[in-house]
Amino acid sequence: MRSDKVDGGPRASLGLKFAAAGGLAFLLVPLLIIFVYAFTTEEKSFQWPPPGLTTKWFAVAWARADIWSALTLSVQVAAISTALALILGTLCAAAVSGSKFFGREVVSLLVILPIALPGIITGISLRSAFSLLDIPFSFWTIVLGHATFCIVVVYNNAVARFRRTSGSLVEASMDLGADGFQTFRHVILPNIGTALLAGGMLAFALSFDEVIVTTFTAGQQQTLPLWMLEELIRPRQRPVTNVVAMFVVLVTFLPILAAYYLTRDGDNVAGMGK
Amino acid sequence: MSAEAAILPGRGGLFGGLSDTFWRRPKLFVFLLLLPAALWLGIVYLGSLFALLLQSFFHIDDFSGLVVHEFTLKTYAELFKPQNFDIIVRTASMAAMVTIASAIVAVPIAYVAARYAKRRWKALFYLAVMLPLWSSYLVKVYAWKLVLAKEGIITWVFEQLHISPALDAILAIPVIGGNSLSFSFIGTFLVFLYIWLPYMILPIQAAVERVPVNLIDASADLGAHPLATFRHVIFPLALPGIVAGSIFTFSLTLGDYIIPQIVGNGRLFIGQVVYTQQGTAGNIPLAAAFTVVPIVIMGLYLWGARRMGAFDAL
Amino acid sequence: MTAAVSLQKVSRHFGLVKAMDEVDLEIVPGEFFAMLGPSGSGKTTCLRLIAGFDQPSSGHIEIFGETAEGVPPYRRNVNTVFQDYALFPHLNVIQNVAFSLMLKKVAKAERLKQAAAALETVKLGGYGERRPGQLSGGQRQRVALARAIVNRPKVLLLDEPLGALDLKLRESMQEELKALQKSLGITFIFVTHDQGEALSMADRVAVFNDGKVQQIGTPEEIYKRPQSRFVADFVGSSNVLAPDFVQSILGVRRWASLRPEAIHVMAAGTSASRMTGTIVTRSYLGAVVRLLIDLNGTSLHASVPSSEAVPGEGEKVTLGFAKDAIHLMENEK
Repeated sequence: MRSDKVDGGPRASLGLKFAAAGGLAFLLVPLLIIFVYAFTTEEKSFQWPPPGLTTKWFAVAWARADIWSALTLSVQVAAISTALALILGTLCAAAVSGSKFFGREVVSLLVILPIALPGIITGISLRSAFSLLDIPFSFWTIVLGHATFCIVVVYNNAVARFRRTSGSLVEASMDLGADGFQTFRHVILPNIGTALLAGGMLAFALSFDEVIVTTFTAGQQQTLPLWMLEELIRPRQRPVTNVVAMFVVLVTFLPILAAYYLTRDGDNVAGMGK
Repeated sequence: MSAEAAILPGRGGLFGGLSDTFWRRPKLFVFLLLLPAALWLGIVYLGSLFALLLQSFFHIDDFSGLVVHEFTLKTYAELFKPQNFDIIVRTASMAAMVTIASAIVAVPIAYVAARYAKRRWKALFYLAVMLPLWSSYLVKVYAWKLVLAKEGIITWVFEQLHISPALDAILAIPVIGGNSLSFSFIGTFLVFLYIWLPYMILPIQAAVERVPVNLIDASADLGAHPLATFRHVIFPLALPGIVAGSIFTFSLTLGDYIIPQIVGNGRLFIGQVVYTQQGTAGNIPLAAAFTVVPIVIMGLYLWGARRMGAFDAL
Repeated sequence: MTAAVSLQKVSRHFGLVKAMDEVDLEIVPGEFFAMLGPSGSGKTTCLRLIAGFDQPSSGHIEIFGETAEGVPPYRRNVNTVFQDYALFPHLNVIQNVAFSLMLKKVAKAERLKQAAAALETVKLGGYGERRPGQLSGGQRQRVALARAIVNRPKVLLLDEPLGALDLKLRESMQEELKALQKSLGITFIFVTHDQGEALSMADRVAVFNDGKVQQIGTPEEIYKRPQSRFVADFVGSSNVLAPDFVQSILGVRRWASLRPEAIHVMAAGTSASRMTGTIVTRSYLGAVVRLLIDLNGTSLHASVPSSEAVPGEGEKVTLGFAKDAIHLMENEK
């Protein structure tokens, strides 16, 4: 017997460990750097190391009305898109996992398509449809785009959970006297609830962050990512951007942690749905 | 003893009636479940795709600059003009390089995470992949703008190690080099690699996790060298994961227009052309025709990936 | 008297597959009825039609004289013990058992009392607060049983309920189930592929094959007088005798069955019988020794009490049996 099995689990070779550690550093270090830049005193360039540290940019950012309105719009869009995606994605997942029907594969392909094809395609498709139909850009054109690619996130989470939930539970519930609606309320919902919550949070995060599709479906309105894009292309006050960037990293951290705890026993968080 | 009837009466009311109907006609029920999502995706998404496809068969009148609503393949012919075809080749090669590089970087991470990491380490690996995945796309691009800037951390590290000439030498390489990392192809490549890497790690990890441990043990017991085990057991089983991941890395790179705009040397990618053609240039047909390129490439790619069973790893 | 469950020419087709093909069944109120057959024989489909999880393609089903087609499971006073138990993982044991009472809007104190009583019946008193995931297979099975009887259904359906249990547990559960059925007086319909289980527990057995009922009868009838080669073969490893062989003994060309224990095995030459064969294999099974004997090309199984002197493998033996031990079969399939 090989020595690496003595303590019950195999051990990775040193080379493999180094490769993995290097990969992790590559993934995490750039995000950490943002935290340092949020405190820099340097205004004009991205100088490293920062010449000095200050917290004054937090106050400056806090007082900026344009950031607040962008943030509000992003939250509203994300909330409504997530709600729509939850309904559409869950129903679709229930249909696909609950039965075998002709065209089932087509449906799952159709759901995946908006994320399998580049976002720019979704964006320009919607824009050209709006222009063909003379639909003016509005809050709702943004939601239309976001809900389309949020469906898949909810769908993936729900399908994974439906697969784990024994089909005979529904039969058992009906056998014991619950009609369809009671079965949904007393058996299905409690069993898929956490998966829906996880899917909903991830959909929210996805919508909150989306920029590529949004550039095509927003008119004059600015979501937070659009605000950041503007700052990246035409910087006005770099330190304020640094602060907003750090805030966004922190905000996305929470739903990921929560989604992890909600779904860790069993199915993967369907992060693939991005 | 069981004094009750064997068959209970209907419950009446809307819900009771609906519930009975759905039970009697399960196909109708499934159809109704599917309907909202199918309508949404069918009308909003496929409808828009179709509208886009339609536009690509129109063309711009050279004199008036207005879209002529007549069927023509003229716009598609424009794609093959050298300046446009260059863009397609450049984008596709970037997508291919990013895909290959991310597979190389992702396999060790995914493999260690799936096979060796336990409890805390597993959580760390999970967060290390999920955090960059779910962090704001723009924030990540921005972070790299900071990292790659001329006055930024990479330049500083090279200075500290007294090997700045090496950096200058790299930047002096024609085509891929540039004024600074953040204005070079190397920079664009690094940012693409960083941003799409999690999409490669997760499916590989899922695929490796699905390989039963005893299969690997069996191979080890048969005397296979760990590397041979990797090549003959792990790799073939992880391959669907790599293919699934490559769908994302390839597709996302093909369609991105923000990264090369912010970190790059000004040479255009498909996404940028689409954006400018539909926006400032007002040439929606050409933009549409350009969009069809990634659709066709991805269509072929998905078709191939499907045959390799990649969708099971999603 | 009205039948508890009556199936009249019931078929269920899945595409071209006839899972059930014109099945007729009458189940008497209060009896313990077993549906026996190999997997894919249609017995589970039959159970699902009675429970209401599935609907017949054609035919008529009555439960206590009332038409059941078009009636969803929640309106049938019939409960099921599932093969995988199907306990609700988000509820604890007592909530699982009280589920149907909750739906009937029984007051909370009353339904907890009834659920606790049902748990007592299955000897799981005191387990109410546990989660299904914390129970052993045998305990889960009891919870599933308690959940199904708490409502006092008119008919209780059991889908291979003992299939996942180990042998010892299975035997004790068989006795308990039988006792429970007697004390409740509920009609039990029991699906199994284990002929021993069906014969030892049921008042009557229906043997299924290929979507059809091959034979219905008491365990003794099924065992001693199988009507078809399938039943003879499936229920208790009978010897199936080919028409030529039967003709040589009885003078009629018919298929027939012969129980292994009806064959007397004697050392060669000790009997006037003309039937001599060679022992091919010899298996010691405790109370009996099972022999496979080659009789001029015909293979016969015989089981001999192990208290007797049993010849060894390869030895020549003479066989004898009473002519009326040969049971002619009506169905030549």
